[in-house]
Amino acid sequence: MAYSEKVIDHYENPRNVGGFGKEDAGVGTGMVGAPACGDVMRLQIKVNEQGIIEDAKFKTYGCGSAIASSSLVTEWVKGKTLDEAMTIKNSQIAEELELPPVKIHCSVLAEDAIKAAIEDYRKKSGASSSETH
Amino acid sequence: MSAVQADLVQSPAVRERPIYLDYQATTPVDPLVVEAMLPYLTQNFGNPASRSHSYGWSAEEAVEKARAQVANAIHADPKEIVWTSGATEASNLAIKGAAHFYSGKGKHILTLRTEHKATLDTCRQLEREGFEVTYLDVQENGLVDLEAFRAALRPDTVLASILFVNNEIGVIQPMEEIGKILREHKIVFHVDAVQALGKVPVDVDAIQADLMSLSAHKIYGPKGIGALYVRRKPRVRIEAQIHGGGHERGMRSGTLPTHQIVGMGAAAELAVRSMESDSRRIRQLRDRLLEGIMSRVDEVYINGDMEHRVPHNLNLSFAFVEGESLIMALKGIAVSSGSACTSASLEPSYVLRALGKSDELAHSSIRFGIGRYTTEEEIDETIALVAAKVGKLRELSPLWEMHLEGIDLNSVQWAAH
Repeated sequence: MAYSEKVIDHYENPRNVGGFGKEDAGVGTGMVGAPACGDVMRLQIKVNEQGIIEDAKFKTYGCGSAIASSSLVTEWVKGKTLDEAMTIKNSQIAEELELPPVKIHCSVLAEDAIKAAIEDYRKKSGASSSETH
Repeated sequence: MSAVQADLVQSPAVRERPIYLDYQATTPVDPLVVEAMLPYLTQNFGNPASRSHSYGWSAEEAVEKARAQVANAIHADPKEIVWTSGATEASNLAIKGAAHFYSGKGKHILTLRTEHKATLDTCRQLEREGFEVTYLDVQENGLVDLEAFRAALRPDTVLASILFVNNEIGVIQPMEEIGKILREHKIVFHVDAVQALGKVPVDVDAIQADLMSLSAHKIYGPKGIGALYVRRKPRVRIEAQIHGGGHERGMRSGTLPTHQIVGMGAAAELAVRSMESDSRRIRQLRDRLLEGIMSRVDEVYINGDMEHRVPHNLNLSFAFVEGESLIMALKGIAVSSGSACTSASLEPSYVLRALGKSDELAHSSIRFGIGRYTTEEEIDETIALVAAKVGKLRELSPLWEMHLEGIDLNSVQWAAH
């Protein structure tokens, strides 16, 4: 399968590999996919007090397109508010990386990973804020 | 060293192309084979079916010499060899041809889940035509359980089709035992010996094969030519699938491609002659590759039995790493994830699934195919590259991290999509 240059670039030089402590304050974790399907993405965001995503990390088990999709979204979400990050669409990821039709599911997974991380963050911070009030 | 060999055996410093370790997908044509073929493209271009002049006679003579070479390689009579366009056609002709011819006796066919697609897809077609097919499970090591095999036979079973040496995992089925069972029950026995020829002794009488598919391009011959062995004593009948001028005693019409046939004959003779020395050398390389990888990489699993296996094939699963990304990482090595015939799909290997491997391990498999021109340097480079790239991908893998933390991945509730 021929990959686009952008996929190869992200695959060979993945950005923001790693993770944050799941229980750390301000961290939201999204883990999507399944080993049986051939891809698992873990995307983590670190949100500051202004509600801006100031850092993001990922680890991905999957094909080159899955790795590239998750690497790309860590770059995209940084500096965005949660609401802005929620608007990232899989079609934008697929377009940016020039994914072929058989690899569109990788971009869908990356979008799901962002949403799952934000949801996790909101659930955690929502729970903690209700305690303080 | 000839130009062809020199072209393939590249020194590490000047290597421009990936190291070729996909010899089960195809092989380069041996220079001796090319040499034998060339006159039949230019000088002796006659149609072997032309009976009225010397152009035809010399082509026919070459075809008959090649027929004898292929027959000798499998201990058959030249009259039992039918030329085809390749092994896929040979298997189609064998399975459809025998099933149709004997359909009055019964309409049940027995085969294995780990067969090549040429067999499986042909059987699927026969199912659409009203035949019943049993796709028998194999054991975890890839070998057929003979008791289960015997038990799967039915009074209306007319044909069984078995892969001698598996193309993905290299395991050798117990052909003599299978042949004996089938002969007892008077069931036609088709053998796909494509990956066996040149790697293990192939004797149609020893295994009591009735039909046998062969291919040239897996034995350093040209693509586009194969053969079907059709037993004469006791006579096995097949219905032709391609009709025309009545070539090949009516079993397969079409002008014979003399140069291809000459190539297959030369390749078959060479395959038998160099089998022992090739296998000895290849076994050393295989052992070197296996030990090298095992000593440097954790969580590597061998797919398929190691004892009943040709040394030309090593199929490994690298846990917590996905196969396609691994192949992408190993771009300096030409390997495949399973069979080239299925690598266009995103499904994990059905052969590994049939062995009971989990989806993860089936997804993370690499087939290393070692051949006549593989060198020790290439093996050493492969080991180093595999160790480095698997390490890199595991750094990226959340599953590897979870494994290191002692989390059982089977206990996790995955959000499958």
